[in-house]
Amino acid sequence: MTFKYKNVYVAATSTVVGPYEKKGPLGDYFDKDYSDLYCGAKSIEQAEMKMQKDSIDIVLRKAKCQKKDLDLLISSDLSNQIMASNSAGKCIGKSFLGIYSACAGSAEGIIIGANFIENSQIKKTIVTVSSHNLASEKQFRNPTEYGVPKKETSTFTATGAASILLQDEKTSIKVESVTIGRIIDCRENDPNNMGAVMAGAAIDTIRTHLRDTKREASYYDLILTGDLGKYGKEIVKDYLWQKEKIDVRDNLEDCGTILYDLEHQKEVHAGGSGPVCSALVNYSYILDKLKKKELKKVLLVPTGALFSPVSLFQKKNILSIAHAVSLEAI
Amino acid sequence: MDKTYDDIVQKQNKGAKSTKKTYLDCFVSFFVGGLIGMFGEWLVEKYCLLFHISRSDSMAYMIITLILIASFLTALGIFDKLAARAKCGLLIPITGFAHSMTSAAMDARSEGLIHGLGSNIFKLGGIVILYGIVSAWVFGLLRYLVGGLS
Repeated sequence: MTFKYKNVYVAATSTVVGPYEKKGPLGDYFDKDYSDLYCGAKSIEQAEMKMQKDSIDIVLRKAKCQKKDLDLLISSDLSNQIMASNSAGKCIGKSFLGIYSACAGSAEGIIIGANFIENSQIKKTIVTVSSHNLASEKQFRNPTEYGVPKKETSTFTATGAASILLQDEKTSIKVESVTIGRIIDCRENDPNNMGAVMAGAAIDTIRTHLRDTKREASYYDLILTGDLGKYGKEIVKDYLWQKEKIDVRDNLEDCGTILYDLEHQKEVHAGGSGPVCSALVNYSYILDKLKKKELKKVLLVPTGALFSPVSLFQKKNILSIAHAVSLEAI
Repeated sequence: MDKTYDDIVQKQNKGAKSTKKTYLDCFVSFFVGGLIGMFGEWLVEKYCLLFHISRSDSMAYMIITLILIASFLTALGIFDKLAARAKCGLLIPITGFAHSMTSAAMDARSEGLIHGLGSNIFKLGGIVILYGIVSAWVFGLLRYLVGGLS
């Protein structure tokens, strides 16, 4: 399902990161960074809450907005019952929607917010996502300090929070269209190979988006998947070319492989992951390029792996979803 | 998804796994595990001489020492980095067991001493304890059936 928008613009974005992301190649693009994973809070969960609040404050400041100008906050994260998001919602004190589609949360939020704005129901909304490396390791995998050697295909949950402020007043970047993805089952169940789990969802959404909009893949200067890692990225490229004859071999990149320096930051293995991974790259580096008109048309395709530790231990397949958001510089 | 997808995934997985690296990891694990064994043996000898205790008592002291060192390194965040280099060499000996308990305890500490630390400390270590006892019982029984009580 694809919608086109006439009236939705990006006012500002903000990014807050942890130490690993700061050390990466995009280090200079981020608005704020913490050198400690606890960010001065008492626990890692509270650190994530703090980063989300920081990112909302920064995006309001950058857009020269007050809290009272804001109509709606849409927020997403990975923690149990999305507590980091709920806590950010409390601080803003405005209408709040907490959503979950794992690492595709940023796109789902933009789709919901953009629809409200297009229908003139609201004027301004902030979409926030966050994730914390230690908090998600603790929840989804072994205890955080349990440093077993990991597989080459495993990805590293990014630490940080990122916000985007959407509005109906014209700016230089427009939300042009969006595609709502389907839940895909690739019959994969290895949490250490999320690229293979989520590549299927990215393929399906890119294919649907191009079909619905009757566009060629070359229409976009860049198609950015969320957190497939270096192996997952190749799966998307190979499959789309072999099976669908869609050529994205030159204009598809993966945010997980841009956020970190895969050569020197060996701890990330195949790349970054988490809801904030794609948002950190898109809201800093990519938005900057759009503003400078170095890129004109970009398709963001964040991908999410949908599973819980329970479904995993009950030997259920890991499902995946991807939503697409097309941004254009005007 | 379809067969084409499965084939591409398999190809990528093969690319990610290098046999050379697996052999190297095995060697590193063997070497580091062996070194820890040697260090343990050295401790046993030293404790025997220093405290004038039997070898079996000295063994217990050696295990306690290794657990203490491993837990301390885990708490400082050093064990994690060492394990990434030493592969399974640090995780198979008693040091890995101590590491699993300390890291679980550190994780759950923020939820308090009862519901956090108390109920989570055996999250990984408990598996080893339970199945260690079960398998000891099974092998004990087998030994009795084969060799009798003597």
